[in-house]
Amino acid sequence: MASPRDDLAIMSRKDLTARMVGKLNREEAVVAGIGNTNFDLLDAGHRPQNFYMLGSMGLAAPIALGVALAQPNRKVFGLEGDGSILMNLGTLTTIAAQAPGNLTIIIWDNGLYQITGKQETATSSVTDIVAVAAGCGIPNSAWATDENHFESLVETAINTPGPHFIAARVDDASATARPERNPVLWKDRFMVGIGSKPVQS
Amino acid sequence: MNWSDQLLESLRNNDVDLTIYVPDEVLTPLIRGAEDDPNMEAFPASREEEAVGIAAGAALGGRRSVVLMQSSGYGNSVNALASLAVPYQLPILMIIGERGVLGEFNPVQVPISRAIRPSLDAMGIPHRTLEREDEVAAVADRMMLQCFRTQLPAVLFINALLTGGKNDR
Repeated sequence: MASPRDDLAIMSRKDLTARMVGKLNREEAVVAGIGNTNFDLLDAGHRPQNFYMLGSMGLAAPIALGVALAQPNRKVFGLEGDGSILMNLGTLTTIAAQAPGNLTIIIWDNGLYQITGKQETATSSVTDIVAVAAGCGIPNSAWATDENHFESLVETAINTPGPHFIAARVDDASATARPERNPVLWKDRFMVGIGSKPVQS
Repeated sequence: MNWSDQLLESLRNNDVDLTIYVPDEVLTPLIRGAEDDPNMEAFPASREEEAVGIAAGAALGGRRSVVLMQSSGYGNSVNALASLAVPYQLPILMIIGERGVLGEFNPVQVPISRAIRPSLDAMGIPHRTLEREDEVAAVADRMMLQCFRTQLPAVLFINALLTGGKNDR
């Protein structure tokens, strides 16, 4: 069965990540899923409002939802790969039902479990993840057709009530950056960055 | 006060204003009480590990929450505890309705009920089991205080002796 995904441009995940970060100027929180997703986020330049997941595959969207519920006046972005979101599709129904206006989920879809050996995911053949999100009840769900369209979708997500869901077909270039494997370091930096914990002198 | 009202009061005393639950029959009075409390936001998650993820995000954002689930669903939450809550030192407070013990009628509930405490012990997650109405407030208050002050997950089991369990009807 043909999917709208078949006709989309394949873009650079690293480039799109940097373009997204370039649009953030109001201390928006970014929760980045396991693997290349958070490696590329770090590669775009560390921000105090970034949270890097070292484990718990599939939980970027739920964590982002929790941050969004805790800080309703801050825009929150959850970044996931296609394999990760497939592990927890049910969370799209929760996001749709709770409908936090400050939450955006971005899916980097390269159709691969890239970091484990490039096994193909269902999105590489039959599953249209934007149609899934829309079917779960997130009406603001869209494929980015090219880089400029991606940037305009991110701007819309920043400037209009959500939840928003953006997916982009991306390449499988291996990210080069690696966050230090120190969970508590990233927790503390993130909490200070979004004002939920005071800076310790 | 009955057990569920005592737990709701402990949650209020500990500034918990977000309840994320995966439904469980024996916890129904607690779920209903949370949903009826105008100062509590309460909603269901589709799966227990998702509920832990939402609670983790809330904790990162500075909001205290509680996760409610059935003991069978605990099995769905283990990786979220092991690779997120414990290593990131996040105060995930869980209240678990116990099945598989004391009058259980369904054999599929039993194995996870035997595995759950050894698994929590192996991860270093403290847990207490509430069996009597006169102990609920004191134990719950202290467990919640410990969870949020030590920034580590904690579990309260709600035993069938307290709730009457689930009947096979």
